[in-house]
Amino acid sequence: MGVSKIWVYGESSGDGVKTITLELLAKARELADTVEVVYGGDASAVAAELGEHGADAVHATGDLGGAMQGVGVASAIAGAVEAGNGPDLFMIGTTYDGRDVAGRLSVKLDAPVITNVVDLEAAGDGVVGVEPVFGGSTNVKTTFTSDKPGILLVRPKSFAAEPAGGGPATVQALAVPDTGATGTARVTDQFVEESDGPKLDEATIVVAGGRGLGESDKFEMIETLAKALGGAAGASRAIVDAGWVPYSYQVGQTGKVVKPDVYIAAGISGATQHMVGMKGSKNIVAINKDPEAPIFGVADLGVVGDVHKVLPKLIEALEAN
Amino acid sequence: MSGPICGPDFALSQVPATLAAMNVVVCVKQIPDPADPGELDPETKTLKRDVKLILDESDSYGVEMALQLVDAAGDGEVTLVSMAPNNEVGGLRTALAMGAASAVLVSDDALQGTDALGTAKVLAAAIGRTEPDLVLAATESSDGYTGTVPEQIAELLSLPSVTFAKEIAVEGDTVKIKRQTEDGYDSVECPTPCLVSVTAGVVEPRYPSFKGIMAAKSKPVDEVTIADLGIDAGAVGWAGGGQEIVAIEPAPAREAGEVIEDEGDAHERIVAFLDELKVL
Repeated sequence: MGVSKIWVYGESSGDGVKTITLELLAKARELADTVEVVYGGDASAVAAELGEHGADAVHATGDLGGAMQGVGVASAIAGAVEAGNGPDLFMIGTTYDGRDVAGRLSVKLDAPVITNVVDLEAAGDGVVGVEPVFGGSTNVKTTFTSDKPGILLVRPKSFAAEPAGGGPATVQALAVPDTGATGTARVTDQFVEESDGPKLDEATIVVAGGRGLGESDKFEMIETLAKALGGAAGASRAIVDAGWVPYSYQVGQTGKVVKPDVYIAAGISGATQHMVGMKGSKNIVAINKDPEAPIFGVADLGVVGDVHKVLPKLIEALEAN
Repeated sequence: MSGPICGPDFALSQVPATLAAMNVVVCVKQIPDPADPGELDPETKTLKRDVKLILDESDSYGVEMALQLVDAAGDGEVTLVSMAPNNEVGGLRTALAMGAASAVLVSDDALQGTDALGTAKVLAAAIGRTEPDLVLAATESSDGYTGTVPEQIAELLSLPSVTFAKEIAVEGDTVKIKRQTEDGYDSVECPTPCLVSVTAGVVEPRYPSFKGIMAAKSKPVDEVTIADLGIDAGAVGWAGGGQEIVAIEPAPAREAGEVIEDEGDAHERIVAFLDELKVL
């Protein structure tokens, strides 16, 4: 019983294999006997790390020449499935490229996608995906009913990455068929926005600001406090939409999922959209002038007060420390 | 508007002197007001939709983007495509009031329980009846947020696509996009026709004017069924989904801790709390 073969969509950055891929591999090893990775690009530099985390093989497309991952990887996978070499289940991270791959693949295979998965349970010869709704107050459990291979889109930080101690994964070529008009988008350049300090989704302390800051200049207080604590600055969707800070700062359903040791929410009321992204934090401190704000329902320490008064004093106290 | 300027880094000089007509389809979703999101019906396992539907705010960015691109091209139209139960048009009227010319609304009892792939099939069939140069969508809806529908539509229509656009500029037959990435952004070029999904903040959506609201009342909304689109009822709804909800359970609740009023010394309590956690 159980799932016999899982393919995990592998992603990497300049620093090596992305954490989300390693998280998926850790869970996949629990669920299936055979765990393999599909990779859009040349996998020679990532095969060792993937193998160490339990991948037996890497099916790699080779250089995609600037084509989008979604079209290239999904077409290549569909070719393998058609030839009878596919898996029973696909695990794909909820990332920019991951969602493209899942969307394209679901059409090619006419197979369903279970999205926003935060946990997986083995059930019979399949799996049940757990997806939070209404800001995480309710869990919906979903299973596949079709005979097609199921596609899971799993949110980052759902599982802990853990090396399994295996040798390098065998790299196998995965042919990309002619993608016609669908394959004509090209990445012409890549820009990395430099930021000092830890990354938002890796920081042990996150300080996030929201509409309660009143105006965009006041976000500087959030940056300063984050720096004083050696943490990262984040934001609610409201102030990202308002253009105060870039999308990369956004914590929530649409933005990043963070699970730091300490999350400080300043001037954030706690809309369901935000809660999904930070409820997993070990400790939560909330500062908001509205005593009825939903954020106080999840805070370990709630301060009913004005962020413009509390934050400057807090920064001063920490900097003096 | 004098040019298709949709971000600070695209200069006017890049705009060709002659621009062809630009027809844009925008996928829009009408959702229950997020301030009153309703609840899941334990019988049907779908959202109870007895509330009035409004335009998903996420879609207002695509509508605005489309209006600006058509304006810049000097000729063309913005057409809305939506799928909703009970022929709901409340959200569509908002987007029409912003300036869209017309809408196609797919409404059919057979659509209840339709998943993302089924939704994409319906929307793709509706879009396929027009021949747009560009299809715009939000990256995900604010209520269902599966985030797969735009890419599924692109695949169904055999279109190239760029998701998570934070800036868009059209130059002749090419769309130039800054695509959000984990660490920054990618510059991407894509020939038309194509599909682009836009992040919130790609443009500032306009508020409908009084004149716009009045004009929207008489703009055409073409109401179609899945039969009109040539879609078999078995391919959509619960039967077409290929997945089944087996349980709806309350998530383990996080306990609220202590809540204090700031009397000028709250910062000391926060420092003490952080000190106790040994993170200072």
